[in-house]
Amino acid sequence: MVGGRDFLSRARRLYIPLAVFVVLGLFPFYWMLITSIKPNRELYSQKIMPLVVHQPTLKHYIDLLTETNFLTWTYNTMLVAVVTTVISVVLGTMIAYPLARLRFPGAAVVAIGVAATYLVPQPLLFIPMADIINRLELGNTLTAVMLTYPTLLIPFSAWLLMGYFKSVPRELEEAARIDGASRWQAMTRIVLPLCTPGLLSAGIFAFTLAQNEFLYALIFLAKSEVRTVPIGVVTELIRGDVFYWGQLMAGALLGSIPVAIIYSFFVDYYVAGLTAGAVKN
Amino acid sequence: MAVGPASIVRPAPVEGRPVTVRGLIEREGVFSWLMLAPGVLFLLAFVAYPFFYGIFLSLEDRRVASEGVFVGLANFRVLAHDAVFWQVVRNTFMYVCVTTILKLAGGLAMALVINQRFRGRNLARAFLLLPFIVPTALSTVAWMWILDPTFSVVNWLLVHGGIISSGYSWLGNAALAMWSLIVVNTWRGMPFYGITLLAGLQTISPDLYEAAAIDGATTTQRFLYVTLPVIKPVLIIVTMFSVIFTFGDFQLIYALTHGGPANATHVFSTLAFDIGMSAGQLGMGAAVALSILPALAALIVILTIYLRRE
Repeated sequence: MVGGRDFLSRARRLYIPLAVFVVLGLFPFYWMLITSIKPNRELYSQKIMPLVVHQPTLKHYIDLLTETNFLTWTYNTMLVAVVTTVISVVLGTMIAYPLARLRFPGAAVVAIGVAATYLVPQPLLFIPMADIINRLELGNTLTAVMLTYPTLLIPFSAWLLMGYFKSVPRELEEAARIDGASRWQAMTRIVLPLCTPGLLSAGIFAFTLAQNEFLYALIFLAKSEVRTVPIGVVTELIRGDVFYWGQLMAGALLGSIPVAIIYSFFVDYYVAGLTAGAVKN
Repeated sequence: MAVGPASIVRPAPVEGRPVTVRGLIEREGVFSWLMLAPGVLFLLAFVAYPFFYGIFLSLEDRRVASEGVFVGLANFRVLAHDAVFWQVVRNTFMYVCVTTILKLAGGLAMALVINQRFRGRNLARAFLLLPFIVPTALSTVAWMWILDPTFSVVNWLLVHGGIISSGYSWLGNAALAMWSLIVVNTWRGMPFYGITLLAGLQTISPDLYEAAAIDGATTTQRFLYVTLPVIKPVLIIVTMFSVIFTFGDFQLIYALTHGGPANATHVFSTLAFDIGMSAGQLGMGAAVALSILPALAALIVILTIYLRRE
């Protein structure tokens, strides 16, 4: 039968490989979820079949929220992510706009400088940065990470936004200028509103990256009350050789949810941001 | 009544425009630099200054809470004779090269699969990108549990599937630990390749494929002579970015193995952290970190030249 053969060929080219990608890609999340709701006697037994939960429990979540500083870490993470996202998108816009749309002396140097700061990896900077933060006496404050995260996020936002700013036709701005708009007004009332998708992409990306940041938070935030979720989970829920896997997985899952929610609402902007650097429109 | 004549008397602003603050701000160069100043000053203070300060530190014998002593290239000389440092060089190159090949091949396959027409394609794309957006440290903790020496689900599956008789210590054995890192990095990074390459594939006009099909091209030929040439620029850029960022990878390795067992998975960033932060030898740590600069600079220059040419 023709239909049967079509299905076979489609299974071979689409369904089977797609299923493999989806299962391998999502298995760790499934594993997080079921570990977090398994009672300890199921977790630490080699006899019980581990792929499903037999007697689900919320104990690990309750313990996580009552016995650890998880809620404080969540608050810190959100605060830092929001503040650094705003700083980075605003300063990124202010860098990208002149680079994309205006002519001025020194433009080439600034453009190369911004690209270079984007590509300089964190491991190259964290030791001198630690010394600088120490001298400023900002250790164990959220200010330390609010100052350092934008070093990663501003170049990225600027890079992403330049592409969007370039795509707005010059005539629109010129018409506004002839009607008496200042440069500032032309930017804020004409170009920026047209680049809302770009600003959203940059914002969502910056927010995700800020939630993901680990190295600076690890170095600067040594006290439990100021830690972010990734640092709190990795440094405090893993206690020596004793693991609290149920709590750990509950923390990992809850810590991933804010990003996942934002992402689910703005997938298209996220993908646009991701591909903007690599694919030209 | 005096309003009319007054406006006639006002000097015509044609020649030699008076310099007002507003007029000054409206000049392209002035406006540009006013806009740039906050961001550029910030990046100078918190990227450029630490970068050069790091070079300065690498030339010092500097320990936490004490003054540094200038030692020239002594730190680098010590590293050049340090077996652990050379192991780190090998580990880093292995980690970067193998993960890049796997992510590239897997990502291309992923892109080709999702590029077909089917129901729920956007949903599939959203789900497949999930490993890339979830905070790395948190998903790595899940992998730690998946690879646990006693309760590893991978071991359970392999043993119960009759493939092995007893479980492996995925993170405790030197060779296996490196491969475990490679698998986790590939799991996390492959969707980035997949989704960006998909965007590249979607720029290919269906006419090209039709024309190739009419000319009797096989599937393989169509891939080699239509698909690849079109997505080549995207492929190169994505790979370069990914290589640069994988070089600087820290949290995945730190969370999964801390560089162990016996330095088998130490890379530049984790070694620099151990020496600079844990042991407090800022100068030596900075020297370790700076050692990736030559390879990195080469990559960045190649990427910049490529981007300019395109």
